[in-house]
Amino acid sequence: MSEIPSGLKYAKTHEWVEELHDGTVRVGITDHAQELLGDMVFVELPEVGAAVHAGQECAVVESVKAASDVYSPVDGEVVAVNERLADSPELVNQDPYGDGWIMQVRLADDAEPGELMGADDYAAMVESEEAE
Amino acid sequence: MSRQTALYALHREAGAKMVDFAGWDMPLHYGSQIEEHMRVREAAGMFDVSHMAVLDLAGPGARDFLRRLLANDVARLQPGQALYSCMLNERGGVIDDLIVYWLGEGRYRMVVNAATRDKDLAWIGEQARGFDLDVTAREGDALIAVQGPLARDRVHGILAPADARAAAVLKPFHAMAREGLFVARTGYTGEDGYEILLPDDDAPDFWRALYNAGVAPAGLGARDTLRLEAGMALYGTDMDEEVLPLEAGLGWTVAWQGPEGEARDFIGRSALAARRGDPALRRQVGLVLEGRGVPRGGQAVCAAGETVGEITSGSFSPFLRQGIALARVRGEPFSHCTVTIRGRPVPARVVRPPFVRHGKRLV
Repeated sequence: MSEIPSGLKYAKTHEWVEELHDGTVRVGITDHAQELLGDMVFVELPEVGAAVHAGQECAVVESVKAASDVYSPVDGEVVAVNERLADSPELVNQDPYGDGWIMQVRLADDAEPGELMGADDYAAMVESEEAE
Repeated sequence: MSRQTALYALHREAGAKMVDFAGWDMPLHYGSQIEEHMRVREAAGMFDVSHMAVLDLAGPGARDFLRRLLANDVARLQPGQALYSCMLNERGGVIDDLIVYWLGEGRYRMVVNAATRDKDLAWIGEQARGFDLDVTAREGDALIAVQGPLARDRVHGILAPADARAAAVLKPFHAMAREGLFVARTGYTGEDGYEILLPDDDAPDFWRALYNAGVAPAGLGARDTLRLEAGMALYGTDMDEEVLPLEAGLGWTVAWQGPEGEARDFIGRSALAARRGDPALRRQVGLVLEGRGVPRGGQAVCAAGETVGEITSGSFSPFLRQGIALARVRGEPFSHCTVTIRGRPVPARVVRPPFVRHGKRLV
């Protein structure tokens, strides 16, 4: 069973959101997602300053197996990206909720909380997907 | 319900991610495909390939039959030697690729792909009419590939001393058969090593002994990236019944002539001969990506502004740390091209596979 920290919010496309309490959030992909994808070999990051929209592609993670889009879970502007992933994409595998983060976003003023789940709901979703 | 090999419980115990492969529940990886890949290039790894089908052909007509059935010529073999060959249809398309071992007078062993097993058996049964031989699909065996620069040493350490001495003098592409043990110095990784056939009942202990000797389990994921680096074709991906061996980089496996220089009459010969040297034939090339990105099967290859073909197998190469691919292309030769990856052209260099052999970069 993959790790699903309780303090984070989750999108159904397997991204996590961490509230940083300064109007920004940090975004990455979940432990479950990295497990499914396998060893990461490239991460294509968004540009700092780019606008991102909830539910739209913002990055690409590519594993030995396949390339996969990362969808922004929130509306806002990218204020930082994890530059270390350019040389060390394996951080996404090793520490998906920590050193493997993808981007930091300043939430748009009118941003709605959107369709994010708590850890329990996300865990239930992962479980039902695995049961299929 | 998927079939399980004799090593299934050990794979689960080792935390393998299991996937369905040709109706078998097989290990994809045991945590990290890249680490398993590198273990094989640098030390030794082992693969459960028991899903592959092993056919024994025996009888006075076996040799003549195989000379008709296969595009490569078993008459080239020395006792105990192995031969890689395609089995073609009348149109020259590839029904399967396989390895055939000459065990002794009138006795051969063939290892064919799991996904094509039933189709192969039906074809072989049909073609064997009129030849004096029996074809037996073996059941109840495990097949373990042990590959890497340290692989043979590790295997010698766990075999009975007499078997180890016999294995140690095997030349590449040769095999030895004993009661309950078949050891072939063959593989699908571009490294030295063995493929070992033994009864299901003996397989778990053998696997554990290898593990205790420092041989790392490796999954089908690593097997695929290793064979791609080694420039070895994968059936169903790099060639199939609509592809001639000449179009899949396998022209070298077609034996047009027998040992006396006489023309051979194998199934598919006339169709192949009609296309031999045809400038409209497609051909296989190797590609090394010069930009970032990972080539994948089905992506377009463009040269001089035109689409000239597509990737058949592509991956990130764990050893070279860049994207590599096999592609099938047509038209004038070219040395540089682009691969269209998610809508973007990424520059690539044309090379002659293999990309890696015996732990060394070749491109």
